[in-house]
Amino acid sequence: MLSQARFLAAARAMISNLAQRLGFSEMLCGQISLAVDEALCNIINHGYEKKPDGHIWMSVWAIDHHPARLRIVIEDRAKQVDPKSIRSRDLDDVRPGGLGVYIIKEIMDEVTYEHRDGGGMRLTMSKTLPAREDDASPITGAARGQGQAPSGGQTVEDKS
Amino acid sequence: MNKIDSIEVKVRNLDHATVASPQGEIDLSRATSFRQQIVAALAPKPKLLLIDLAEVPYMDSSGVATLLEMMQATKRGGGKLVLCSIQPKVRSIFEIARLETVFTIVATVEDGLKV
Repeated sequence: MLSQARFLAAARAMISNLAQRLGFSEMLCGQISLAVDEALCNIINHGYEKKPDGHIWMSVWAIDHHPARLRIVIEDRAKQVDPKSIRSRDLDDVRPGGLGVYIIKEIMDEVTYEHRDGGGMRLTMSKTLPAREDDASPITGAARGQGQAPSGGQTVEDKS
Repeated sequence: MNKIDSIEVKVRNLDHATVASPQGEIDLSRATSFRQQIVAALAPKPKLLLIDLAEVPYMDSSGVATLLEMMQATKRGGGKLVLCSIQPKVRSIFEIARLETVFTIVATVEDGLKV
């Protein structure tokens, strides 16, 4: 996708739909899509500094091992920053903005920022289906067909 | 702005309060439109600005940032900003960001008008 906020709703819908098919609750589907939204917003606002022609690639694996897991990789060609500098801010400092990284880390089980080969950044994050939800909601056939990491990702846009 | 990056905010001016009711999802694409309309609702300097979120099924941190900014602006003007009718999915971002105690949050518009 291009670095434009008008595509956020489509990205959220895709993630939420996949998470739902893996058996995540409606609340967790919403939270996972919020984490993706926040990650994309950070790339649009800070990585590409609101320039609308940057490229963002999102790959998603719906992993049907027990327990089920959603793995999401978001890559860009925006400016590189030291991954160690990407930190949550102090929530006691109540002010508008700067909540994105905190929200991502609160929602997702694994969050890793790193430099991408060829420039830009790569964010890898994953969420494992909580045991109770896994027991209550068997994975659908459609979700099983999504493939397994690392070779079966769904790429939103080709990197050509 | 086209429909994708704008949001309708219904505004009712009552005797002692203004009720602003956004209609739809609030994300980065609509944050500017949302902010502009809340700023306009604040222009008459109401003592109480009630943000009715009953018709907001989704909000990201850009929407929360606007609400924080408006809460601080209202406070500086001697007024109060109150949130009401928050849907569970939207409420979760306030919980995650630990903002439930920062904002005054009530169940309904009627409750908000009593604050």
